[in-house]
Amino acid sequence: MAETRYSKDHEYIRIEGDVGTVGISDYAQSQLGDVVFVELPSVGKALSKGGEAAVVESVKAASEVYAPVSGEVVEVNAELEGAPGTVNEDPAGKGWFLKIRIKDAAELDGLMNEAEYQNYVKTL
Amino acid sequence: MAAEATIDTAGAPAPLKTPLHARHVALGARMVPFAGYDMPVQYPAGILTEHNWTREKAGLFDVSHMGQAFLVGPDHETTAKALEALIPADIVNLAPGKQRYSQLLNEEGGILDDLMVTRSADPDEDGALYLVVNAACKDADYVHIEARLPSNVKLIRAEHRGLIALQGPGAEAALAAIAPEAAEMGFMTSRTMKVAGIKANVSRSGYTGEDGYEISAAASKIGEIWDTLLLDARVKPIGLGARDSLRLEAGLCLYGHDIDTTTSPIEAALNWSIQKRRREEGGFPGAARIQRELAEGVSRIRVGLLPEGRAPAREGTEIATPEGEVIGTVTSGGFGPTLNGPCAMGYVAKAHSAPGTRLDLIVRGKPLPAVVAPMPFVPNGYKR
Repeated sequence: MAETRYSKDHEYIRIEGDVGTVGISDYAQSQLGDVVFVELPSVGKALSKGGEAAVVESVKAASEVYAPVSGEVVEVNAELEGAPGTVNEDPAGKGWFLKIRIKDAAELDGLMNEAEYQNYVKTL
Repeated sequence: MAAEATIDTAGAPAPLKTPLHARHVALGARMVPFAGYDMPVQYPAGILTEHNWTREKAGLFDVSHMGQAFLVGPDHETTAKALEALIPADIVNLAPGKQRYSQLLNEEGGILDDLMVTRSADPDEDGALYLVVNAACKDADYVHIEARLPSNVKLIRAEHRGLIALQGPGAEAALAAIAPEAAEMGFMTSRTMKVAGIKANVSRSGYTGEDGYEISAAASKIGEIWDTLLLDARVKPIGLGARDSLRLEAGLCLYGHDIDTTTSPIEAALNWSIQKRRREEGGFPGAARIQRELAEGVSRIRVGLLPEGRAPAREGTEIATPEGEVIGTVTSGGFGPTLNGPCAMGYVAKAHSAPGTRLDLIVRGKPLPAVVAPMPFVPNGYKR
């Protein structure tokens, strides 16, 4: 069973071994509104925790998506180019952004688990 | 994840509410501060759905935050001449029941605001002109106008009125069901009529590129008209988010973004709104500059831009030639839902303004190819 962790900026990372699947939470997509464009990094790019990983554009505005942990991009979700609305419809599933090879598992400790994140959202 | 722009409302006065505010909240709208008002940016359906509904059926917008006022003088000619001293449109020859789009100009020919001017169809109201100005500018506009009126013409602020817009191909049928006269109206005309039994001023115009109406009635009654229209299955409430994407696709200027005090109506490609008599005679603020620009051309002009890829280019994006020379700035841009792609408008050096000119938009540091395109981006549905 893969574990999902969350950042305070509403990115999630679903951890399977040393690879994490990164996307934005259901709360984040609802705040953004209709997603019309996603700019993804190239495979092989090195991301650092808290640095820009992708850009998500709604009708109204562009938002940066930050890397929840450091690592190398090993795959991106090419489906989002033709169907960016998938981010709204299925953020935790088909609406993922990228997969990252986790450089330092200790960085995951600073992220919230599901219950902590749900409580965090309630305070916003 | 972080939004590029956040609205800092710390220390701002409590936002004003339109007469329909409680209805927006009850409909589940996401409310945001806009021009000092708490306004619905979207309803639960979301901007894309709301935008598409307006293009296909009929969208209902609360625009009560906009400034409604009357200029009242002894006769039409006196009132029209008083207004013509401030704007470049021909108002003296505006027929009863007709409406015109114009701009309030400063002495340099820069745009203080854009506005709609309507001459009442009712002979009893001859000498009255009805104005609709932008919410964010209305207080300054009124001060500016009042300071420049002759003693026999008065500005009356109609703050007791609400204003709603019904826009889209289904607007005629939906409004005619509760105000049959609406079906007989032509584009840019205005009439007083009963709407759902309530006295209202109705004009056949709007700011979405679609056929439609703007309905002005007493603030205490506008809610009844709103509620009655929403009973029609063709009509859904639409927020300011879709209003913005609709007007962008229609190639219409947003004050404070596409036009402001630094732009003239000629630079903004609004020549069509200055009638021949006024071009020749002048007699409005900044006339010398505007007549010179009409005769000699402008050094920069507002154009439409179509990015070739999927990434939107937003306000503030630099526009460059393919060789990398920066020649302008995007003033409005985003994703066009009907276009199903990005579109933008901005000012470029005249030499690069011809439709078909290939340019680059510098988005997040990267040049993205785009082409100068005629506006509107989506054909309009006005009922001529």
